[in-house]
Amino acid sequence: MSEQPMRPATPMLRQIAEHRSLRQRFMGVSVEWKGLAFLLLAGFTLANLAIAFVVVDGRLDGRWYDIRDLGNATAHLRTWMGEQGFHPAVPYVTTALLGALGILSVVGGWLLIGSWVERRVLAKFQIRQGPNRTGPFGLLQPIADAVKLMQKEVVIPRVADRFLYYAPPVIIFIPAVLGWGPVPWAGRMSFLDLNVGVLYTIAISSLGVLGVFLAGWSSNNHYSLLGAMRTVAMMVSYEIPISLALLAVVLLTGSMQLSTIVAWQANYNAWLILLLPFGAFTFLFASTAEINRTPNDIGEAESEIVAGFYTEYSGMKAGLFMGVELGNAILVGAMMSTFFLGGYTMFGLETWIPGYLILAAKIGAVYFLFVWLRGTLPRFRLDQLMGYAWKFLIPLSAAQVLLVAVEASIFVRWEVPAIFPLPAFALLNAALTVEMVRRWARALGYAPEVQQQQPVMATAMGGLKAAQKLRGG
Amino acid sequence: MESPGIILAFFALSGVTVASALLVFVARNLLHALAFLVISFLGMAGLFLTLSADFIAVAQVLIYAGSISVLMVFAVMLTPLASRDNGSTLYVIPAMLAAGGLASLIGFVAIDTEWDERKGEALGVSDFTTTVAGIGDLLLGRYILAFEVASVLLLFALLGAIVLVQERRRAGEEAS
Repeated sequence: MSEQPMRPATPMLRQIAEHRSLRQRFMGVSVEWKGLAFLLLAGFTLANLAIAFVVVDGRLDGRWYDIRDLGNATAHLRTWMGEQGFHPAVPYVTTALLGALGILSVVGGWLLIGSWVERRVLAKFQIRQGPNRTGPFGLLQPIADAVKLMQKEVVIPRVADRFLYYAPPVIIFIPAVLGWGPVPWAGRMSFLDLNVGVLYTIAISSLGVLGVFLAGWSSNNHYSLLGAMRTVAMMVSYEIPISLALLAVVLLTGSMQLSTIVAWQANYNAWLILLLPFGAFTFLFASTAEINRTPNDIGEAESEIVAGFYTEYSGMKAGLFMGVELGNAILVGAMMSTFFLGGYTMFGLETWIPGYLILAAKIGAVYFLFVWLRGTLPRFRLDQLMGYAWKFLIPLSAAQVLLVAVEASIFVRWEVPAIFPLPAFALLNAALTVEMVRRWARALGYAPEVQQQQPVMATAMGGLKAAQKLRGG
Repeated sequence: MESPGIILAFFALSGVTVASALLVFVARNLLHALAFLVISFLGMAGLFLTLSADFIAVAQVLIYAGSISVLMVFAVMLTPLASRDNGSTLYVIPAMLAAGGLASLIGFVAIDTEWDERKGEALGVSDFTTTVAGIGDLLLGRYILAFEVASVLLLFALLGAIVLVQERRRAGEEAS
């Protein structure tokens, strides 16, 4: 390379090159990263102080522009429409449509980016990159996938039952959308705040079985039917532990309304996962079975039965089945957050941050756990899963329901501040859960291993310590 | 109570229910009949919802559309292929008799009831808001005996199912 220095192209640039101080000045003000960062921090603090002032002042509460709770806006819209003299049906239909639009945009938006998120996070667990070529960070990959799926030729087996073959991709989507109804996103922000919300949730989740079965049966294929029967058997079995776990929640909170359950947890500052650890575990594990996620996805086990109940579906029909799995995953995340993780509340943080953002963060955390399980655990066998449900989860859940019933009656009748009984219950439940699990596992013949064993793979294949050991060091 | 929405919903839902119930008869394939039956159940759940009976509506979906239908699926799958036809059998005659009897009973009750007493103030919305708590109180209060008998019956059914499917050991095998 030549020794000749680079010559600035324009007089302006030459001026900047000659005066060193001009490089870091913008309109006469020194622009350093530190200064910029300080300005940003100050602006952020000031904005937050302003928000805090308004929030503490209480002048925001319940106004239509109070975006901490979008329910305010719709409530105001409803009263405004009522005052304008519309027919009473108009405000209700309008707000119902708005709520439905909200739910559909959550589900639809997730379907748009969900597969990208899942593949990227899963790739991190497997030390790969994941999709990163289409668009920035590979963000357009789901759209490219969708276009590909839609362009595919739809192949329908000649022996398929045409009438029942077309319905399942649609049927299976219904529970994935309807299930969002009772989820409270903020104090006044739930679409369908039924007083039988828990029962509604269980009922809606049991509807998914039918779509799966019809898909498997109408394809007229051994693999499909096998996958469908596996899924149906598993869903029917795992509904019982889910119901028992939710029964414990209902007993303790004394309500089947999802917003009341969240309010109970916010009132006592106690997440139910602390009080009912076994219930939370049961719900999480059984939900993965209900929605066919990987530790329990024997209904569509790729390595055994091609794609299970949707083997014969091609193009966007198969895409719908995959999309439903994604949608169900965050639906279960929302349920798990609402029942066991405090819902949209976060120990008072919901006064400052919109509740729906907190709920979204919790859903993301549970979803991350799902992907983690998928990246870590191998698939269970069918008999293992059924045996686990019937011999392990159901008896222990029933025992837990009994225990919680006693605790709930004590809690209702004992007139002391909740700070005393609740931690006692939490400790008792945790200890009893550990003890029950150990004893029951031993009774079933699964003695917990007492001796710590070195993993075989680690000693044989990897690690510096293993190499040292092999060398005799 | 007489808002156009409720009336519209009633006619739409009852139309769906009745039409799919008829299709259950018409469909020759037993699984098609089953699918229509589920639609009919869901329509009935919707009818319960218009009556402000949340609990019964949800129970209808949970038990009939969710569980009974799966039970029927298993029943259909376990029967031999030849009997999966929903064609005409001799059971049509007693079925028609029973259906006619039931229809006439419902018709008689509908005509005999004095509907004027059940209108207006008696049907105020406030009466229907808390059906769950009322049902719970009644089940564990006034009808506790029936509730317990039903639960014991179900428990015996569960045990009976286990006993039925258990592999039977002969007396001679146990010795070996």
